[in-house]
Amino acid sequence: MSVRAGVVVFPGSNCEQDCRRSLHSLGADVDMIWHAEKSLPVVDIVVLPGGFAHGDYLRTGAIARFSPVMEAVTEHARAGGLVIGICNGFQILCEAGLLPGALQKNSGLKFLCKWVQLRVDNPATAFTSRAEPGQVLRIPINHFEGNWYCDPATLERMRDNGQVVLRYVDNPNGALDDAAGIVNEAGNVFGLMPHPERACDVLLGSEDGALIFGSVLDRLRTRSSAAAPA
Amino acid sequence: MSFAAHVVVMLKPGIADPQGQTIERALPALGYEGVTEVRVGKHIELRLDADDAEDATRRVNQMCERLLANPVIESYEVSVR
Repeated sequence: MSVRAGVVVFPGSNCEQDCRRSLHSLGADVDMIWHAEKSLPVVDIVVLPGGFAHGDYLRTGAIARFSPVMEAVTEHARAGGLVIGICNGFQILCEAGLLPGALQKNSGLKFLCKWVQLRVDNPATAFTSRAEPGQVLRIPINHFEGNWYCDPATLERMRDNGQVVLRYVDNPNGALDDAAGIVNEAGNVFGLMPHPERACDVLLGSEDGALIFGSVLDRLRTRSSAAAPA
Repeated sequence: MSFAAHVVVMLKPGIADPQGQTIERALPALGYEGVTEVRVGKHIELRLDADDAEDATRRVNQMCERLLANPVIESYEVSVR
């Protein structure tokens, strides 16, 4: 069964073509969706790519969360549809209330652009099922506001639920609990600061990002075949 | 009626403020010893039409909740005149 992914393009997004190419190379059909659309085409997963949506004015993601398409993305998420937000997309999901917490300036006040190591602490999600428990992935980061924070009670609940899915091996930005990637309570919305779409080709130095997208496609293909008539 | 509103947005107490910390570390280099608790926030000014000051305050508070501040990490104060 083919899987259909929708990549949302905001004014100021700059990773959408990398997302499109990576998902396509793994066998997905990809629709690009302009942020002003009020509805989504029929897609199995929505990707909010990295960049500087609406210039990131006021706060990262603060304006983008009010883009017309976000109501449809929220509906898709509430109905259990899969959503991935990468970097700026993660910031937008937090601002939209689809993921807990918020992303602050990096603790060192430097823009960080480098390869990092990430430990998969929950391989039982739709986004990490191809990983072994504790597997370390090599994927680049590229951000100024990646310092994830939430209140202590929320963190405790998230830890109990295994919602901190990816942790930095060597925390580069001050993120609480070394969190690099988190899921919502229902497990269908995933936000991460690192860029898996930049690590899906051996020519780029790592194919570990394909493990994330590949896990998603596995999940969706299983679901499609289960739903198909015998 | 037209009202002027001033909004101050600050990180909530207890949330690390790397900008404030950096400024605090820089001040002694200029000879200002004994400076503590430096916090950096935002000051937003705007004008709006409203029935009265109470209505204006209510609407600006709503703007803060929805857009001007992120209630997860920020607190805000509104003054209208």
